Amino acid sequence: MDDSARFVAQHVATLPKSGIRDFFAIVSKMKDAVSLGIGEPDFITPFHIREAAMTALEKGRTSYTDNRGTLALREEISRYVARHYGPEYNPEDEILVTVGVSEALDALLRATLNPGDKVLYHEPCYVSYAPSVTLCHATPVPIRTVSSDQFALDPAALRAAWQPGCKVLVLNFPTNPTGGTANRQKLEEIAKFAIEKDLLVASDEIYSELTFEGDHVSIASLPGMRERTVFLHGFSKAFAMTGFRIGYACGPAGVIDGMLKIHQYGIMCASIISQEAAVEALKNGRESMLHMRDKYRERRDFIVRRFNELGLPCHLPRGAFYAFPNITSTGLDSMTFASQLLAAQKVAVVPGTAFGAAGAGFCRASFSTSYERIHEAGERIARFLDTLPARK
Amino acid sequence: MNNVLKLLLEGEPLDTAQIGKILNLGAEAVDRELASLRAQGILLGMRAVLNPSYEAERRVRAVIEIKIRTEGTGGFDGIAERISQFEQVESCYLMSGGYDLLVVVTADNLYKVAGFVHERLARIEGVQGTSTHFFLRAYKKDGFVVTDEGTRRDQPSVSP
Repeated sequence: MDDSARFVAQHVATLPKSGIRDFFAIVSKMKDAVSLGIGEPDFITPFHIREAAMTALEKGRTSYTDNRGTLALREEISRYVARHYGPEYNPEDEILVTVGVSEALDALLRATLNPGDKVLYHEPCYVSYAPSVTLCHATPVPIRTVSSDQFALDPAALRAAWQPGCKVLVLNFPTNPTGGTANRQKLEEIAKFAIEKDLLVASDEIYSELTFEGDHVSIASLPGMRERTVFLHGFSKAFAMTGFRIGYACGPAGVIDGMLKIHQYGIMCASIISQEAAVEALKNGRESMLHMRDKYRERRDFIVRRFNELGLPCHLPRGAFYAFPNITSTGLDSMTFASQLLAAQKVAVVPGTAFGAAGAGFCRASFSTSYERIHEAGERIARFLDTLPARK
Repeated sequence: MNNVLKLLLEGEPLDTAQIGKILNLGAEAVDRELASLRAQGILLGMRAVLNPSYEAERRVRAVIEIKIRTEGTGGFDGIAERISQFEQVESCYLMSGGYDLLVVVTADNLYKVAGFVHERLARIEGVQGTSTHFFLRAYKKDGFVVTDEGTRRDQPSVSP
């Protein structure tokens, strides 16, 4: 009998498993399921980027790199961030290339949190934020965001959630799973509050290129924020490079140095092949990125309209590739709705509660898939709704 | 570009009812739109794209470069229009460079293509010479990569 679980540390043993995993286990065994549960682009990495990776292999560029990442990539990142987001970072000591943006956030939290510190973040949010904080023996402090506000972070709610001991504020705009964004005025208020309370801001901007309405503003570009913000980004979403596992952090040298220690002992460096591909993405990937963004926008318009037609109220997400419809009219909670929809009509959506308590009454449906599948999912959801007593 | 046309060109197998739903038009409106595109001569037709390996068991395809002498003939247009009439001809283009017309033909077998070249093309007044190349294998056709064997097999069906 395997009783090795007794070796697992207490704070890990008590950590809940991601709700998405359970769902994945069911869906993966199901034939002809239509999955709107996929949190990654349905596009394959543009060929010129894949070719750069092939060239790296061909030339035998298969070694370790500098712990911070190749200088060539850091220079490209520096140029890219300055051009599209504003702040300028020195490639020598203010940029760290990581294994996806997830590693960057993890390294940042581990580099800055002492046991007992508190971390503010807005919910519903990406599944790893609260667990990553818990793994640092720190305390996650969620701030609720609401659909009436299109899931933007209300500065008043931030102020209300703050408590003594809060050290870091994690922001993610556009937001997975809600598509929430923050305009300049809201960010300015948030920035003012961060300065007032001396918070370090971790700004996960992985979906920033996929902003459909208005311009994306990075909080790092606001006055007084560069020195207290770590800008976190990666290639997975904008350039459809999820499997390359490549991301980066830009911030003041002191914090980046702390992150570097964790990265160099734990990871060593990101894959050189992925780094070579990333250079190509930054140099020449903009056109394909814009093409993909346009496609997502068209699909978003369709799926959001369908949910609203079906009587599942859905706000128009201003970024990312997820619709987040309200399913309370079905009389079911998120988990039951998702499970029954899957069992009855083989459509996979992710229950909103997988993204925190604030996701109750919602589900996440990715529109990063073909029109045909979105259409088919809509028909199946309509059939499912017809069978529900609350909807008759 | 017209939205209906844009969707058609993306190549997803959608029927008019599906297109109607996606574009928030009724199926009738899509039909009207398609009819109007046809009437304007923009949409010439729609046909299924078959995997070339399936097609190849039944048909051979060749591309023929044709050199033309225009003096005393109908000029490029006259000859090209005449060649385009043959049912074997899939497409026909006037080209810049070392030859004048590029013609794609399909036939049941190699001999029928050969017959078409020397019995039909070569007899046309103004055709000075031809050079025929047979298609051996297709790797990409009409935007579809043929040899791509499900590159995303390992993708999880639900992910964060």
